[in-house]
Amino acid sequence: MPAESAPTRFRDPQIEMAHGAGGKASRKLVEGLFAPLLFGSSPGPLGDAAQVDINGTKVAITTDSFVVKPLSFPGGSIGELAVNGTVNDLAVSGAKAEALVVSYVLEAGLPAHILEAEVRAMAKAARDAGVRIAAGDTKVVEHGKADQMYVTTTGIGRLLHGVTVDPRSVRVGDRILLSGPIGDHGITILLARGELDLEADLRSDTRSVLPLVETLIHAAGPGIRWMRDPTRGGAATSLNELARDCGLGMVLFEDQIPVRDAVRGACELLGLDPLHIANEGQFLAVVSPDYVDAAINALSLAPGGSEAQVIGEVREQPAGTVLVTTLYGGSRIVDMLVGDPLPRIC
Amino acid sequence: MRFVDEFREPALISKTAEEIRRLAGTNRHYRMMEVCGGHTHAIYRFGLKDILPENIELIHGPGCPVCVLPMGRIDDGLSIAQQPDVIFAAFGDMMRVPGTQGSPLEHKARGMDVRIVYSPSDALKVARLNPEKHVMFFAIGFETTAPSTALTMMRARAEGIRNFSVFCNHVTIIPAIRAILDSPDMRLDAFIGPGHVSTVIGCRPYEWIAHNERKPIVVSGFEPLDMLQSIVMLLRQLKAGEAKVENQYKRVVPWEGNRAALKAMAEVFQLRPYFEWRGLGFISQSALRVNDKYAEWDAERRFAVPGIRVTDPKAAQCGEVLKGVLKPHQCKLFGRECTPEHPIGALMVSSEGSCAAYHSYEHRKAAMVSLSSIA
Repeated sequence: MPAESAPTRFRDPQIEMAHGAGGKASRKLVEGLFAPLLFGSSPGPLGDAAQVDINGTKVAITTDSFVVKPLSFPGGSIGELAVNGTVNDLAVSGAKAEALVVSYVLEAGLPAHILEAEVRAMAKAARDAGVRIAAGDTKVVEHGKADQMYVTTTGIGRLLHGVTVDPRSVRVGDRILLSGPIGDHGITILLARGELDLEADLRSDTRSVLPLVETLIHAAGPGIRWMRDPTRGGAATSLNELARDCGLGMVLFEDQIPVRDAVRGACELLGLDPLHIANEGQFLAVVSPDYVDAAINALSLAPGGSEAQVIGEVREQPAGTVLVTTLYGGSRIVDMLVGDPLPRIC
Repeated sequence: MRFVDEFREPALISKTAEEIRRLAGTNRHYRMMEVCGGHTHAIYRFGLKDILPENIELIHGPGCPVCVLPMGRIDDGLSIAQQPDVIFAAFGDMMRVPGTQGSPLEHKARGMDVRIVYSPSDALKVARLNPEKHVMFFAIGFETTAPSTALTMMRARAEGIRNFSVFCNHVTIIPAIRAILDSPDMRLDAFIGPGHVSTVIGCRPYEWIAHNERKPIVVSGFEPLDMLQSIVMLLRQLKAGEAKVENQYKRVVPWEGNRAALKAMAEVFQLRPYFEWRGLGFISQSALRVNDKYAEWDAERRFAVPGIRVTDPKAAQCGEVLKGVLKPHQCKLFGRECTPEHPIGALMVSSEGSCAAYHSYEHRKAAMVSLSSIA
């Protein structure tokens, strides 16, 4: 229950961009301010969607706002992201999106054809994902008070049978699966902003991951412990949250992590770590060892799943930490992202 | 990926690590300083400490331009940008570095027009696109980045772009190495020489280190194999009782440096009589200022600069860490008051700063059980 007098732990004097970047600062804001006041004292691990019980029927619910700049980029646009992002948050929580409601904040002066293109993109993405857009709302703010358009979608989903997603069920020896190459979306956006004189043949990976999640559940449902779509903050941040929530160590094998050459190249040049780069069409799953072969076989035969990989395993140590090991025996800790990823110069 | 994977080849790395173990033996302890922050970052990122024998100790040097910048300079730069219609442009590295009133990013959140640029010429582009505003580029870096600042100022002058200036914090590497060697609490056996700086200045400027100080120095690349090979070269010199300047990074670094880049620097900059370095204090002739010919593009002359001096928090031991006297985790503030989210010292800000690198990649490993079972 909400508790408006509950103590909070959030002490930052003002909101910075980092509070929205999905890394440590975001987590502090949610756990230090939102959770104690809105969800009561001990909400438990925070997943991508919540379950609510309505007259004995459990449904999953989630919401997400989209403020991407530029509005469209190779491989996608804000409209598609807004549908797929919410469908994916539900999917990795073990639910199939049934209905979305959409809310627009529009800046006065936005060309109507841009809005129309984005609404068409939403309609197409919703049809592809098999979800209905059931209701909506529109607000317009003065020119200069928003950046063209923001979209918020809220989704309600039916729980899929045969899967329970709970970080506390993760055990030592479980395997960490990744559905495909990481970093495509974040690097595509970085390049599409045109501030870097870099070009690459790269597209955002935005898509509904529901078909792959359903394939995984069908093949390995009882073995699935946890899933997450690693958006802002990247795979490193999602796995750090898991490590903290289950108190175990996540050990990744660097040479097993799929990363396209264009993403690797951009990251090398800019001093970024692909594990910190945002994704919009991939998911991570932790699967028990006896189901891992079935899971990988099924995923790799499914459309869009051919690059799925086991990228690591759960160990007792280093507890609460993500460790990446290299082929030649070196290792490094990979922390959550702090703030936005900023390129380095030298 | 070409030009990268060749230098991360596991079989070659194991072989080179084996050679290091053979050369290092067990009788002697070796202290080697990697001067450059890029090397510090690479050591942590690739986990090189895990594959080096225990008697080879790597000491992190002063070659992180963000880390050695005194807080007062940041305050000075930000105070210029407080004036109406001034845009503050800087590299991403600078954005989280705290001034007394907060970092450039925090100023941006409060409404300052702060732009992250990827090169000085991008800052000039911002000036071209915003003729009604003034763009001040907050320049940092060693000889690696100084030539591109110089070329950008030459272009601004040639094109007559007057709404652009540079707040120059460029520093030079040789005086910093000299200050390290002069420090009485510093006992070093050898240097891993900076790679990128040397593409500009070449290898000759290091000769005094070999000849006068009798310390071997190997200019090194940044891939795991580069750094391990450099350590092999240093060990061979030390075993033979030699002290030479060697160039491991020949594929990028010419022995004589880059004449065109040096010429551009000479065209625009002159040496400052002295400059303050965080942790090292004032070092004479260790930094660059804009010369009279380019005065119009010198932010320090176009604007009133308060000349703020800020003493670092007493408890922070950035100086000792910067000189390699203390390891990052031995500082009293490390990981408690001073973290990457709330850095107190600049070494915690830049990913090249030894504290940040140590914090992100290393320090929790100390609490771990043996990793030998990890393939």
